Amino acid sequence: MNQIDIGKWSQRDLNMLRTSSDTREIDLLTTSVRDLNATLQAFGSNTRSDEASFRVLTPNGAHAIAVGIDAPLNVEIAGHVGYYCGGMNKCASIIIDGNAGQGVGENMMSGVIHVKGDASQCAGATAHGGLLLIEGNASARCGISMKGIDIVVKGGIGHLSGFMGQTGRLVAFGDAGEALGDSIYEARIYVRGKVESLGADCIEKELRDEHRAELFALLKQADEAHKADVSEFRRYGSARKLYNFHIDNAGAY
Amino acid sequence: MCGIAGLFIKRTRLQPRLGELLASMTSTLCSRGPDSAGFALYTAGEPGRAKLTLTSVEERADFEALGEMLSRAVSAPVSVVGRYTHAVVTVPADLVNLCRNWLLENAQDVRILSEGGHLEIYKEVGYPDDIARSFGIASLGGTHGIAHTRMATESAVTATGAHPFSTGPDQCLVHNGSLSNHASVRRELGRDGIVPQTENDTEVAAGYLTRELKRGRSLGEALKSSVEDLDGFFTFVVGTKNGFGVLRDPIACKPAVMAETDDYVAFASEYRSLTPLPGIKSAKLFEPKPATPYFWEH
Repeated sequence: MNQIDIGKWSQRDLNMLRTSSDTREIDLLTTSVRDLNATLQAFGSNTRSDEASFRVLTPNGAHAIAVGIDAPLNVEIAGHVGYYCGGMNKCASIIIDGNAGQGVGENMMSGVIHVKGDASQCAGATAHGGLLLIEGNASARCGISMKGIDIVVKGGIGHLSGFMGQTGRLVAFGDAGEALGDSIYEARIYVRGKVESLGADCIEKELRDEHRAELFALLKQADEAHKADVSEFRRYGSARKLYNFHIDNAGAY
Repeated sequence: MCGIAGLFIKRTRLQPRLGELLASMTSTLCSRGPDSAGFALYTAGEPGRAKLTLTSVEERADFEALGEMLSRAVSAPVSVVGRYTHAVVTVPADLVNLCRNWLLENAQDVRILSEGGHLEIYKEVGYPDDIARSFGIASLGGTHGIAHTRMATESAVTATGAHPFSTGPDQCLVHNGSLSNHASVRRELGRDGIVPQTENDTEVAAGYLTRELKRGRSLGEALKSSVEDLDGFFTFVVGTKNGFGVLRDPIACKPAVMAETDDYVAFASEYRSLTPLPGIKSAKLFEPKPATPYFWEH
């Protein structure tokens, strides 16, 4: 069910991140976020992947930086960002050289978002595809209602992560907070550290060879292949008991 | 919505800049709470003297005259410093209850926003930047302070309904969120002799902490038990004479980010609010965990 080919999406492999000699710098001290986003959104999906690179300076925690891109652009943001950075991203590679506020990569469709620091709540919420790589920790509700995105967190994830996750993969190297995978559908969760508690209808499942292969491919994209042992991770997913309402389960909702 | 900024200064060199830094932090939170704002600052005090921050619901202009009448009534020196619509009245600490009662009886338009050796509270209806400027917040120094920008949900937009709330000496609280059991907690507090002055849910939370402190609990213990006793969603930032505390509800409904350096501990609803602080680039940044009290003391 929901087998997803690794590497199927374009421009999602970190190794494919391009360096362009003519990187354009946009400083948010002198340019508004709205103007920045209008510039980035002006590129269409037929843009060549080596055509345009941007470096965003002085983000200072501003919200909605680099949202709604629909082209294989390279965007590097030099500092901490506020809410919804890279939201709705299609095809772009976005590097955040700092922490990200709530909802980084919210509703992302494809491409890569790489957070060098920590991410706040709801990282990758409702996202359909692409890769969200977080070097630090992600706080509560990471991957809430995920719909196909792959999220790899090298630190821990907060409570209610993977809540109602429909498909896609969520990997945490560190610990997971309370109620992991609450009311989960078919998203797959891999956690190496301690899980505080599992949410309703979320259970630990056997880590079979196909899961090891899937996990290895994800670790490879996160530049952790051969550094982390896939066998140290445990797999969590849906017990599929709450898909349809049954009166005996009323208390579990 | 609503926005919170808090700054607890650990080393004295930044103390003269408390108001300036707090006003800058609050400025970025205007969009989170454009209807009213308030500032609580722990400023220098005089031994044996207590400060009362007063405002008037009838736009009283002459607090000097009120101070003179109060001075005659209690036969003791009273000093008055007016700031915009508020005044800080300094009285002998041992006469503070007498002064309080005299004000309640003889100046019924006056509301006492704070009482204590150090705490001063300034809050008004309007755009937060305008309020900070009108009160001259940037010129005030001190050890720690908390600010709030309000987008009202639970009670009317009035100056006395704005945060911070103070229900005990040198104690104050600001809140982002709303409480669903404030009516029943209000009744319980009434039986314990704590009567909130407004219909605001946050004042009930402040009253709850005051009661627990009166019962001899530490602020950390009081914050811990509030997770059980207060229902709703909340991020609280509280101040005491020498301390500063933070608490988020168990599901961490409301945003919070903190920064710590050797010079200060700072709280904000959003990271961008922390950017005016000196040394923020090398500060330790973290999100406070849900249902976990954080507390710093001088």
